[in-house]
Amino acid sequence: MKKLLVSALIVIIGAALLIGCGGTGSSSKKIGLAISTLNNPFFVTLKEGAEAKAKELGYELVVTDAQDDPAKQAGQIDDLIQKKVAVILLNPCNSDAAKTMVEKAAKAKIPVISVDRGVNGATVLSHIASDNVAGGVMAGEELLAQVGPGAKVVELQGIPGASATVDRGTGFHKAVDGKLEIVASQPADFNRDKGFTVMQNIIQGNKDIKGVFAHNDEMALGAIQALEAAKLQSVVVIGFDATDDAVAAVKAGKMKATVAQKPALIGSMAVETAVKHLKGEKVEAVIPVPLELVK
Amino acid sequence: MKKKQLVISGQFSSLIGLLFLGIVLSFLSSSFLSLSNLMNILNQVSLNGLVAIGMTFVILSGGIDLSVGSILALSGAVLAALLKTGMPDFLSMILALLLGTILGLANGVFISRFNLQPFIVSMAFMTMFRGATFVFTQGRPITGLGDKGIFVAAGRGELYGVPLSGIILLIGFAVTAFVLAKTVYGKGIYAIGGNPEAARLSGLPVKGLRTSVYGISGFFAAMAGIILTSRLDSAQPLAGQGYELDAIAAVVLGGTSLSGGRGFMVGTVIGAFIIGVLNNGLNLLEVSSFYQQIVKGAVILLAVLLDRRK
Repeated sequence: MKKLLVSALIVIIGAALLIGCGGTGSSSKKIGLAISTLNNPFFVTLKEGAEAKAKELGYELVVTDAQDDPAKQAGQIDDLIQKKVAVILLNPCNSDAAKTMVEKAAKAKIPVISVDRGVNGATVLSHIASDNVAGGVMAGEELLAQVGPGAKVVELQGIPGASATVDRGTGFHKAVDGKLEIVASQPADFNRDKGFTVMQNIIQGNKDIKGVFAHNDEMALGAIQALEAAKLQSVVVIGFDATDDAVAAVKAGKMKATVAQKPALIGSMAVETAVKHLKGEKVEAVIPVPLELVK
Repeated sequence: MKKKQLVISGQFSSLIGLLFLGIVLSFLSSSFLSLSNLMNILNQVSLNGLVAIGMTFVILSGGIDLSVGSILALSGAVLAALLKTGMPDFLSMILALLLGTILGLANGVFISRFNLQPFIVSMAFMTMFRGATFVFTQGRPITGLGDKGIFVAAGRGELYGVPLSGIILLIGFAVTAFVLAKTVYGKGIYAIGGNPEAARLSGLPVKGLRTSVYGISGFFAAMAGIILTSRLDSAQPLAGQGYELDAIAAVVLGGTSLSGGRGFMVGTVIGAFIIGVLNNGLNLLEVSSFYQQIVKGAVILLAVLLDRRK
């Protein structure tokens, strides 16, 4: 009985194999989107933006979620390659670990577009991410308008060397150098606790500061707490990222402004770029996505 | 003898499950049964499969090892650091395997010498080893490992189109299946898992055997760590998180009893492939990742339910 069952199953698998090989239909209308994690609202919005654009342009979007595990993402990229998607939009869990995935896709002649985070050590068709430099300029100009030329301000930097730190800092300095007096530029590692302690230390020697620009909202919120503790509520604080906490602080009048990324636009521009490439048009190697000021 | 037949029939049902899954998927997705996708599955199964090999020893002995994911991460990170110092790749890999074995033995010593609960001990070490990985890597991936031949081959190499990691896995399965079934050591593992008191009375070195299975588990976790580090060309501080659960699932899907003493390595092979095929198939079928988790949990539940009815 068991033998019969096994042989029956083998026959069925054989038949399925034949059918499977017959159906090698074109998948050129499929675009893969490998997301780092859908546990973060930012990426959920990004995905929705991409889905809407794909639908509009008549393409099918295949979405995978690596739950921030690069090993899982590597497997998902392999699966997308098996599905023969026309383009892979890759939002890496980790820029370094993504290298071998891009190489594998290249072997299968599938172009990769990196989304939000870049890929180190391998060339992608195009990189689509927020224009952090422009965001830094926006924040700097707003701070300048709020505190007036010549005022003393503080810059709280992100993790030293991180691309967001470098780009946001560059933009900020472009906007305010020579116009505002930056009395302190110190790293607080994108961290609220550190934003609090670093700000507390800065305040000791600089009671007359008028404004703060933090490279992200977490540090800005930490700085606000330090300023409140020192009864310096009038200091203008500008953050970056427009997290829920920060937007609430802006509404409550505690934070002056925060720079918002546009994840939906990032997603939709990624799909648009992929389709452009499929239609044989040339695409830029780096495509910056604009930001907006929430105040 | 009757007991053995029971276990074999448990494996038979998981094999049927795997075949059934394969048939359904090959009808639903045209790319499922292609040769390249089958190799892809083998490649993807290799990590969980290797960890599950070690886990089979531990579970057969009546224990559990939750620290495998952290051991994987720490050995991978140390391997990456050694490679960066310019040490030859083969030597670095041997040292990583040695480290994994020692970390595993740490579990075993505490569990057998002090007669502590394996669940709690390995959970404590899981946390400590993960913390050590963070300290060692400073919370950032270690990159720039160079492209030394053997190291690159471990996770990215192919032999006649078959991924090398898959070949390592199959060799691992074959060797350990032989050890469990045919050697005195293997019979000892079954004995201490089935009835530790009887094993002790019959003169088996129960403590030594119990310690050793965690060493084996650590060894295979480190092996998976090497392959993952090569595959991602970097060591990730968060690597291997949740791998202990996938490995336990593979062992249980293969019909091995969680209370120890009953089960076969062949079952673990099948269990690992069921999970791998399921993951791959659900991705090919474009099932949303949220639903995938529900499906995976349901399959495990179904498997233990079917197993219990016999």
